[in-house]
Amino acid sequence: MRFVIPLVIFAVIAAFLYSGLGRDPTEVPSPLIGKPAPEFTLPTLAAPEQQFSTSQMKGRVWLLNIWATWCAACRVEHPLLVELGRSGRVEIVGLNYKDNDTSAKQWLAELGDPYITTAVDTDGRVGIDWGFYGAPETFVIDKEGVVRLKHIGPVSPEDLATKILPLVDELQETS
Amino acid sequence: MIGRMLLLAGMLLTALPSHGQSVFAEYKFENAEQQSDFKELTAQLRCLVCQNQNIADSNAPLAQDLRREIHQMLTSGQTKHDVIDFMVQRYGEFVLYKPIMSLKTLALWFGPALFFIVGLIAIWRMTRRSAQVSVAEPDRHALAEARRLLDNTDSRDL
Repeated sequence: MRFVIPLVIFAVIAAFLYSGLGRDPTEVPSPLIGKPAPEFTLPTLAAPEQQFSTSQMKGRVWLLNIWATWCAACRVEHPLLVELGRSGRVEIVGLNYKDNDTSAKQWLAELGDPYITTAVDTDGRVGIDWGFYGAPETFVIDKEGVVRLKHIGPVSPEDLATKILPLVDELQETS
Repeated sequence: MIGRMLLLAGMLLTALPSHGQSVFAEYKFENAEQQSDFKELTAQLRCLVCQNQNIADSNAPLAQDLRREIHQMLTSGQTKHDVIDFMVQRYGEFVLYKPIMSLKTLALWFGPALFFIVGLIAIWRMTRRSAQVSVAEPDRHALAEARRLLDNTDSRDL
């Protein structure tokens, strides 16, 4: 009996600490999940006189990828996005965040362009609405325009295979 | 010696973070209330890029943008409450250094008090037990044995 109480206290503390080990404190759960995607209308990178609006994507499953040329991690995930864009499994919209148009265009010309269109968020105001804080970030938006997933940091092949694509396929099937 | 101490004190004083003031100098307010609201909000909202700094202290570009946003909201007549809602809607409750009281944060709010009370009870029980031990009746046999030994030494020495 003398050992039971300390043992229980130890077990409780150990359980809490153990569960904390696997967590990434830099990943903040997004309050946007399950909520309508913040709407925006912004000029496109390819043709600034044309505008991209989130309302154009109604009825389609799509990804929003927030990126910038000054973001090193964006370069890491880029080849994977190019591959995904080519596969035609899901449409990706790019949001070029607080960047320079010339370097952004150059980046896409050099590394490939996975996006159906790239919207330009020069002052980062749209980024704030999406709760963006760590480049790159990728969102999955369903046909109703609801945010279903937020991925912070570069997308790895594993993230794509286990998290993003299964969800995308599931969402594509629902009408 | 005193001169050197003064020099050190002076160096420490100038090394104190001074950007807190520059943040406020950057912005113009219509009245003192807006300015104090701005000060309060930027101090109690977390910068998500650096996480251990508030929006007032952080030099991260996002913190700069958020300061601009908060300033704009306040000067356009929105309340502190509106600003907090705006931030929580976008970044979640994590941005609040002072968490909202809810079922999920109960442990956070009352955990420390609970631990304190548990600690007090533990100390009280432990001290009561040791007090009981010290006032316990001494063993009668041991007492007799001690007396016998004492008596023996007395007779031998004398």
